[in-house]
Parts: sequence; C-alpha cells; structure tokens
Amino acid sequence: MKRRDFLKTTGVAAGASVLPFLKYLPAQAAARDDTLVVVVGDGINSLDLHRQGTNRPSYQVSINIYDRLVRFGVKTLEDGTLAYDSTKIEPEAAESWEVSEDGKSITFKMSPKAMFWDGTPVTAHDVKWSFDRAVTLGGFPAVQMKAGAMSSPDQFVVVDDMTFRVDLPMPSKLALPDLAVPVPLIINAKVAKAHATDADPWATEYLHQTPAGSGAYKIVRWEPGQQFVYERNDAWALGPQPGMKRVIVREVPSAANRRALIERGDADLYMDVPAKDAKELREGGKVKVDGAPIDNCLHVLGLNVALKPFDNLKVRQAIAYALPYEEILSAAGYGRGKPMFGGSEASPSTIEWPQPFPYKRDTDKAQALLAEAGYPDGFETTLSYNLGLADWEEPTALLIQEALGKIGIKVTLDKIPGANWRTAALVEKRLPMHLENFGGWLNYPDYYFFWAYQKGHLFNSSNYENPEIEALVNETLHMAVDDPKYTENVKRMIAIAFQDVPRIPLYQPYLDAAMQKNVEGYAAWFHRQLDCRSISKA
Amino acid sequence: MRTKLMQIGQRLLQALPSVFGIIVISFVLTRALPGDPAVYFAGMMADDNSIAEVRKSLGLDRSWIEQFFIYVGNLLHGNLGMSLSTGRPVLEELLTRLPASLELTFAGLGLAILVAVPLGVLAATRPGSLTDHACRLLVTAGVSLPTFFTGLFLMYLFYYLLGWAPSPLGRLDILYLSPPHVTGFFTIDSLLDGDFETFWAALRQLVLPAFTLGLFALAPIARMTRAAMLNALGSDYVRTARANGLSQTTVLGVYAFRNAALPVLTTLGMVFSFLLGANVLVEKVFSWPGIGSFAIQALVASDYAAVQGFVLAMALLFVVVNLAIDVLLTTIDPRVALEG
Repeated sequence: MKRRDFLKTTGVAAGASVLPFLKYLPAQAAARDDTLVVVVGDGINSLDLHRQGTNRPSYQVSINIYDRLVRFGVKTLEDGTLAYDSTKIEPEAAESWEVSEDGKSITFKMSPKAMFWDGTPVTAHDVKWSFDRAVTLGGFPAVQMKAGAMSSPDQFVVVDDMTFRVDLPMPSKLALPDLAVPVPLIINAKVAKAHATDADPWATEYLHQTPAGSGAYKIVRWEPGQQFVYERNDAWALGPQPGMKRVIVREVPSAANRRALIERGDADLYMDVPAKDAKELREGGKVKVDGAPIDNCLHVLGLNVALKPFDNLKVRQAIAYALPYEEILSAAGYGRGKPMFGGSEASPSTIEWPQPFPYKRDTDKAQALLAEAGYPDGFETTLSYNLGLADWEEPTALLIQEALGKIGIKVTLDKIPGANWRTAALVEKRLPMHLENFGGWLNYPDYYFFWAYQKGHLFNSSNYENPEIEALVNETLHMAVDDPKYTENVKRMIAIAFQDVPRIPLYQPYLDAAMQKNVEGYAAWFHRQLDCRSISKA
Repeated sequence: MRTKLMQIGQRLLQALPSVFGIIVISFVLTRALPGDPAVYFAGMMADDNSIAEVRKSLGLDRSWIEQFFIYVGNLLHGNLGMSLSTGRPVLEELLTRLPASLELTFAGLGLAILVAVPLGVLAATRPGSLTDHACRLLVTAGVSLPTFFTGLFLMYLFYYLLGWAPSPLGRLDILYLSPPHVTGFFTIDSLLDGDFETFWAALRQLVLPAFTLGLFALAPIARMTRAAMLNALGSDYVRTARANGLSQTTVLGVYAFRNAALPVLTTLGMVFSFLLGANVLVEKVFSWPGIGSFAIQALVASDYAAVQGFVLAMALLFVVVNLAIDVLLTTIDPRVALEG
C-alpha cells in the first residue's frame, strides 16, 4: 500500500478540524491530469464568509462551494483574457426572476436543478434563512447587503417553496448585482439549524468548519496554515461541469517561493502575482500570465482636505501636476496598470469609469500653482503608506517624495503596519497624504463615489466634503442606468473629481495570475479570488 | 533519586512566579500594541455599529482588569481562548504547530551539534591548524549569514536550479497525507506507522530548512566547544593524565571533553530556546506551518489570545528546557547542584 496513492484511510492529521477527510486520491492524482495545484500567499481562516473575523482570502471558499441566486457572466477581453462581465447577470440557483413594475421587489423562481450536497432541493426557505443570516450577523456581510438596499429580514419573503421575493425600500440598480457578489450565498438551512444552539442561533461555530452548501465544489480537507482541498460535486447541474476534479490550494507565504514553484512546474496556478513577478514571468515565457484591469479600482494618492495645506484647491492641483505618473506606472506598477493621467478633457464626455484625469507632469505649472496658493517655497508634510501593500506603495512613495521635493514640498515617509492601516487611514482619517487602493465590487461609478467621495464614508480617507457630490450621489446611487439623468449626474461627479482632486489617481491596477500553459479558463473577478469552476487543463 | 525528584519539584515551583509574571506582562503588552482588533476583524467595509458589535462579542468593551481575571480564569481551566485570525482554539493551534517547530528545531540543532562539536574539539586540539581556520570560517559564516538569505539561497540552488530538493511546501509534498498523529513529528510518526515512503518524504522536506537553521546554530556551539576544550586541555588534570601516560582518546574523551561538556550543554539550552523563536524566518521561507509564523500572523492582526498563548507556551518551554539541561548537568558532573 503506497501512501502516494492516498489509500490510507484512518487517523490522518489529528487536529486538522472535524472535516470529513479525504479518504483517498485515486492514482491518477499523481499524474495531476484532473488535479489543479494552486499556490497563494495568505491562507483562509474560515469556511463561513458571514462569520466575524473571516479574512478576505476565505471568500474564495464561499465562491466555489456555495451557490447564489444569480451570478455574473464572463466575457473575453480584447487581448484574449477572460474576465467577469458586470453587465451580464445569469441564473444560478434561481432559474428566472422578475422585477415588479414599481421596481421595488424582485421575485425569483428557484431552479429545480439546484440540489444541496445531501440531495435535498434548494428551496426559498433556505434562501431566506441564509439572507436573514447575512443581514443579522453584522460586520462586513451586513454592510455589503445594505449596499444593495437590503438590511432587514422583513425584506426577504418566502412566497412558496420554490418562489422567493426580495422587497426593496426603493427601486435600485444595485440590488440584483449585489445578489451575485460572494456574500448572499445559500446555506442548507435544515442542516445548519440542526446545529444551531440558543447561544449561536446562526450556527456560526458549525459552519465555520463544516460547510453545508450546494456548490460545484466541496471542501474535503482543510489544514489551517497549510492547505485546503476542493473536490468536485459531480451532481452539480447549475452550469457546465467544472473541468478539475480536485483543486489543492497550498499556502506559500514567500513570494519568491511561489514564483519558483510555478516556474518549476510544481504548481499549476499562482493567484495575485505582484506586478514585478507578473512582468518577469510573462517575459520569461515559461508560464502564461493572465490579467485584467480590476474594475472600479484605482491606486490613488489621497490628500486630506481637512488638514492644511490640502484644504487649498491650488495646492492639491499643484501636486496633481507634480506627480511622476509615468515613472510610477513603470517602476512601481511594472507597467501592469492602465494610465489614469494625461486625459485630454477638462470635463468628461463619457461616463466611463475609471477614466484618465486631465493631469500630467508639469513642474512649472505645479510651481506656479503652489505660489498662487501662497506656498512659493513649498511646505513640509508626511506621506503615509500601508506596509502590507509595500510591493507597489513603497516605490510609489519614494518616487512621489522625490518629485514633490522638486517643487519645494518636503515629504517625510511614514510606514504604517497593515493591521493599523485601517484605523489610521479609514476610520480616524488622520493621514495628511497617503496611498489608497479602494475598488468597488459593484461596477458603477456612482458606487465608487458613494464609498470614496461622500462625507464620512469609509474609503473617503481624504475627508472630502462637497454638497453637490452629496446630492448627486444620493440621487444617482440607486437610479437605473438608462435613466436620462444618470449619464448627466455621473459626468458631473467625474468633472468635480477632476477639478477638486482630493484623490489623485495614479493608475488602475491589474489582477494577474500566472499558470502553466495547459491551464485554461482562468477568469479575473471583481472579488479578486479564484473561481475554480471555469478552469480546465488541456 | 528521591532527593533529585524533590529538587526538580522545587525548581518547578520556583518557576511559578515567573510564569505568572509572564502572563501579566504578555497580557498588558498585547493590549499596548497599536491597532484595534475589533476594527481589524470587523472587516474592510464595516461601519461604527458593526465595529462596536465585534468589540462587544470579543469582550473588549470591558475593563482591562475584568478582561484579565476572565483570562486567568480561563487559563486555569486550560482554555487559552480562541484565535481570531485562524478561528480555532489557541491551544489546538499551538498543539498542532509546536511539533512542526520542534521537529525542525531538533533537526537543525542535531545537525549543528553533529558538525559543531567535533569541529570545536578538533580545532581546540590543533589550534592554528587548517581545521581551526576552517572552524573559524564556518562560525563566521554561520553568524553573519541571515537565515532567510541562507534559506532562499539554498532553495534557489537545490530546488530551482538543480532540482534535487523537493518543492518548498512545508512538511510534506502535495501528494502525501500526514501520518497518524502520535508525537506530531512526521518523521517519527511515519516510522511508527511503518510507512517508509512518507518518512522519506518528510525527511526530504526537512533537509533544507534544518540545514539553514543548523548553520545558524552552529556558530555558538562550535565556539563554545572550542573555548571549553582549550580551557580543559590546558588544565592541571589533563596535564596529569597525559603525564601518567593515558592514551590520547582517554585524555580527550574522558578527562577533557567531559569537563568541557558543561558549558557546551548550557549553551545548547540557550541556543535551543533561541532557535525556537528565531526559526520564524525559516518557517516563512519554507512554508513551514510552525509556531513562529503563527505568532507573527497573530501579532500583525492584534490577535490577543493567540499572542498570549504563544508567549506562554514559549515561557513554559524555556522553563522545561532549562530544567532538563540542569538535570543533565548534575548527572554529568555530580558537583553541580540543582539549586545552584
């Protein structure tokens, strides 16, 4: 009996939680025809997205093992890369849906093909229980549901076993797409309820380690800090059968090792490759690198308008004219970004977002603006950045420091550890000048403005406040995109952002993945996680 | 024997105040860390309300004093709390990860001893010779090469370029399952299970990280052996032994080395404790699922229970290792008393 064939059955890895362990991996696993080996930098810490403290890498589990009512489609970009399509919403556990005439409710017809792993059908009761859970447990899931105008269990109605309705306080274009993000996953309520207790009515302890879903993959093994293993659910019928029978996701903390593993062919797929490695791997030619610009995401330099001298518009514009955009994109972003500078229009003619801002490096103009603002000799300030994102933020900060020095602004760099970043930058909003990288999951410009330009909102780390923006975003956020006012409002928002520059965009980053040449079907997603369902090996 | 057991018991009792002190200090220090766990665990998009909810559910809305008594009460029940970042009990985390770190540390230390002690003895018997210079070179290299560099370098050479070493994926390659849990040491467990293939696989994974760690541990041991041996060789009893015509082996092995072993052993204790903490970098480089990488992750996330549990485990380990060394010393040299 060879362990290599995974025939050993009992007593494997004590302490590796109570998951039903992999009983065996058939012999062909060694040949890896139908097994995908993925290396990632950060491991997961829960199998339950709704639980408090669940980290971002864990989202990928819920994407692959749970179904949602609807999902986004996939499109092919000009360069042949696959990416999700924010404009196309497809059925998943719901076979069809209908929006009421007043737009204030959406009725979903459940698909009879949707079956939980235990063979029971996915019903409206399960959906209601799961959605109630998402809005009740608080934390990130509740906030994300709220973005789609869903915040109370009263809004989720079971019409009959196979019909489910969402009631909305107002018509919203964000509601349906928000049901396709990772959060509103459908849990097998019968199984979960059987493990709920009075102290834990939502079975968070149980689902944390033992998922109960209907998705295309199951988790068969999870060794925290090391790896987890997906196995295909062959009964899944809500889409084409996934190509990989088994996906092994291995945690490799060192980026140099991840790169070595993919180059040596020991790993099949390497997610979230730093820009430098992506560029070099692509040039090396041994592996394929697929990447797409991340929708609705910008790397920006934030200027805190609540602090002097950034309250002065001319100072902000002077900085926008002083930044070495080209160098930042090539030296810090290794060219893996779309330029968001040098735009030709002072006010936008389209609602494309993000789009290049009308600034490019012009030191004379910057100096003149600074003199007009009353700082002919410059001033001193600090530029803060997140050590957790040092791979692009550190070189960017150094380039900015050097460039601003040329117009007399003396910049001191301030490195903030990843764990403290959120408090300093987003909650207390106390950093004068800082690098920020917010990206909105829902791909609408007004959604970006809602988070990043409205007063008090989390990603408005610049403390920006503008009554016109407030009114525009409030009016537009839930408005349908075919509303005649929509285009006009969004253009106005972008024009204000061009003019006021509380956030100076540097570039729109790419999400890159490196893979062996026989790996096909990788698609880039807004949630920046791996959706294994589309992957196959040639 | 009985007195020795009593002495050991006494030593353990003496350790209690320091362990309690460590509990207090680690409790206060973790809370003095910058960063707010409630904010961190509420997630990126959380608002003030959800942060407050998380704070309450973590018990962080209570006063420090209250939190401390709750913590100590839990400790007395053997409950080290839940690690927020991994979502599992801290005790379980430590128990699964400590064997990984210990296995690596023992392997590294074993390698270091195998090389350093003979080298130190040889260097001491022939001061100024080629062996002595080689010893000096190795010691200097060991001290001056940072472990992460050695690790990455060895990996580049043996894995990336030559392809001799297995992929640096932690304790076992992808296609192997961990052996049935007995000691938690994969090499030992697989042998107990009679499974030589897994043993071989675990051993292969162990070689590079153990070598990296060994090179680092080698320096203090070799230096101490050399110095202690030089000292012993220059002493009166060795001169007497030589004058009495005892063979070179007897003089070196029995008279000189046995006396030189005392400071070497003491150094070993220090090096061992030090290595357990210092192999964080090696663990990172080789994806080794050990206690060091767990602690770093916990620190970054302000995961109080996990950091406290780690500090406590290290403190207890330190106490035990020192005690073991002291007991060993008394058996080697009867003149040494336990309460020295």
